[in-house]
Amino acid sequence: MTPLIDVRHLSKTYSLGEVEVHALSDVTITISRGSFVAVMGPSGSGKSTFMNIIGCLDRPTSGSYFLDGVSVESMERDELAEIRNRKIGFVFQNFNLLARVTALENAKLPLLYADNVIRDADARAAKALAAVGLEGQLQNMPSQLSGGQQQRVAIARAIVNEPQIILADEPTGALDTKTSREIMTIFRDLNQTRSITVIVVTHSDEVAAYADRIIYFRDGRLVNGEAAVPMPVVLDQAAKR
Amino acid sequence: MLNHWMSTIRVAFAALKTNRVRSALTMLGIVIGVAAVIATVAVGTGASQRVQAQIASIGSNMIILIPGSLTSSGMQLGTGTVTTLTRSDARELSEQCADIKDAAPAVRGAASVIYEGNNWGTTILGTTPAYLRIRDIAIAQGEALSEQDVEKASKVALLGSTVVEKLYGGADPIGTIVRIKQVPFIVQGVLASKGQSAGGQDQDDIVLLPITSAKQKVLGFKSANADAVDAILIQARSGDQLDAAQEEARALLRQRHHLLPDEEDDFSMRNLEEILKAQVTSSRIMSLMLAAVASVSLLVGGIGIMNIMLVSVRERTREIGLRQAVGAKTRDILLQFLVEATTLSIFGGIVGIMTGIATSVIISHFAGWQTVISPAAVLLAVVFSALVGIGFGFYPARKAAYLDPIEALRFE
Ligand SMILES: Nc1ncnc2c1ncn2[C@@H]1O[C@H](COP(=O)(O)OP(=O)(O)O)[C@@H](O)[C@H]1O
Ligand SMILES: [Mg+2]
Repeated sequence: MTPLIDVRHLSKTYSLGEVEVHALSDVTITISRGSFVAVMGPSGSGKSTFMNIIGCLDRPTSGSYFLDGVSVESMERDELAEIRNRKIGFVFQNFNLLARVTALENAKLPLLYADNVIRDADARAAKALAAVGLEGQLQNMPSQLSGGQQQRVAIARAIVNEPQIILADEPTGALDTKTSREIMTIFRDLNQTRSITVIVVTHSDEVAAYADRIIYFRDGRLVNGEAAVPMPVVLDQAAKR
Repeated sequence: MLNHWMSTIRVAFAALKTNRVRSALTMLGIVIGVAAVIATVAVGTGASQRVQAQIASIGSNMIILIPGSLTSSGMQLGTGTVTTLTRSDARELSEQCADIKDAAPAVRGAASVIYEGNNWGTTILGTTPAYLRIRDIAIAQGEALSEQDVEKASKVALLGSTVVEKLYGGADPIGTIVRIKQVPFIVQGVLASKGQSAGGQDQDDIVLLPITSAKQKVLGFKSANADAVDAILIQARSGDQLDAAQEEARALLRQRHHLLPDEEDDFSMRNLEEILKAQVTSSRIMSLMLAAVASVSLLVGGIGIMNIMLVSVRERTREIGLRQAVGAKTRDILLQFLVEATTLSIFGGIVGIMTGIATSVIISHFAGWQTVISPAAVLLAVVFSALVGIGFGFYPARKAAYLDPIEALRFE
């Protein structure tokens, strides 16, 4: 079976006048279906750049990227938009909810841009919100929700289209430890019960411990690509079996 | 797809609603522009309709011949004293000229009309039945003039409605006897109302008599020539034949008056319709110019929309980035902002139409000008304001649609 994400010799270079910034250099990695990956590394090491390219928000300067067996690095703007809509759910550090509409409308957003008409959009959004424990807050405005609840709305939005991948760039960066755990638990549940591939960027070892694989970036390069799964997770999963 | 449109429109409305004051101020430009266009067009249409009604009241395809020549400056020489036109001229004009359908001689004067102690000074016009045909005057009551009335110099009169009103105060005038210069005339008919002339005269303040009786009994003979008339009205067979009729009449009269080739005409011709048509044209041009000026304000309104949309796009950069991230295509974002701009301008247009109509009503009430709201102008205003919205909304919408999603998401 082809891997879900297959990246080869991926580079991203920004030229700022004279200077060239190599945000990513020669990154080669595969990520298989259903995995839970933590992306770590110092600031400016290329984590977000990697996530953006994986998420089809950005295109590499060179290299190839097969998503679900399809080469996407040379696709048009709107083709990429369609792939994001169908296959990818994003979760951001700052939630990025629309401030003026309800939780339900926020969660529904990706369905508005689906190619074919979705008749039960409201029901599906409500179901997604229920899956993250917000069945009682459908009509709340973001301002009436706590940070953790807002991030849950964002997760509901990410899963409403039943994507294959969730990409979360520092999803717990703005949350306290307890809330971070709740959010990570949701990710783990989604990964385990729905086999959604989850990729999470984080600076926190505790957050990374939820993953079953950790990759490290330094200066735009992947280091130690097949890092050992940290002990707590192994124990945690062993305990479950 | 419908679902999609509905949600696009809803998003646009929500965005407009959150910035009520700003949306209202943006619309103001369009409101003023559309209102100005509607009101000026209404005033202009009213003016040209009035002139057109006046043209119709004169009678169609008509030329007036009067005795005496016009100087090069257009001044008429010796009005009233020159008596070069005669009843036989009129007869020959209608009989010999192929392009002339009818000719009516007329004499004119002023006199008092008395009915049972009521006295009213009015215009006395002596003429033939052809006059009624040419001027398209209908008979409201009773009977018209007949050729026999003219031949026999019958003492019969047709009264204009103003005269009836002044003398009879509601009583039936038909068959009654009025005195004009002591001479009794039987009222044979009442003329249908013609209203005001282009010059603002009351065309119903008149008494028509057979030309013969008018000359013999009322107005008297002004010259040695008992056959002389004050004017001849001629009617061409059609509008296209007006010029030909005019030339035929000129040739015939010059021949009948024995004028040498180097002599000037001893009569002059006036084509009133042409003069009035020129008035219509000029009032149309005037209102078009006013509308053009007004549409400049529409343009300014459009620029206002563009300005606000640019602000809106900038303010909502992150929102745009998010929408792109979850799958909005170029078209979706473009449409969203276009709908927003168009909504602003169409709403502005509708409010503008109402304001424009109200303004027209106020103008006609206080200035006494006739105004006409034409559905075409209203439709045009709506279409135009929608186009302004789409046109001026396009640049900001395009800007939004082609934002880079990553930069948009990172925007502070
Ligand atoms: N649009 C850009 N223009 C120029 N340099 C950029 C841009 N985006 C990212 N970079 C640079 O690329 C490098 C990687 O950035 P990023 O992927 O955001 O790192 P991380 O998410 O690991 O902190 C950094 O040096 C950053 O300054
Ligand atoms: Mg980053």
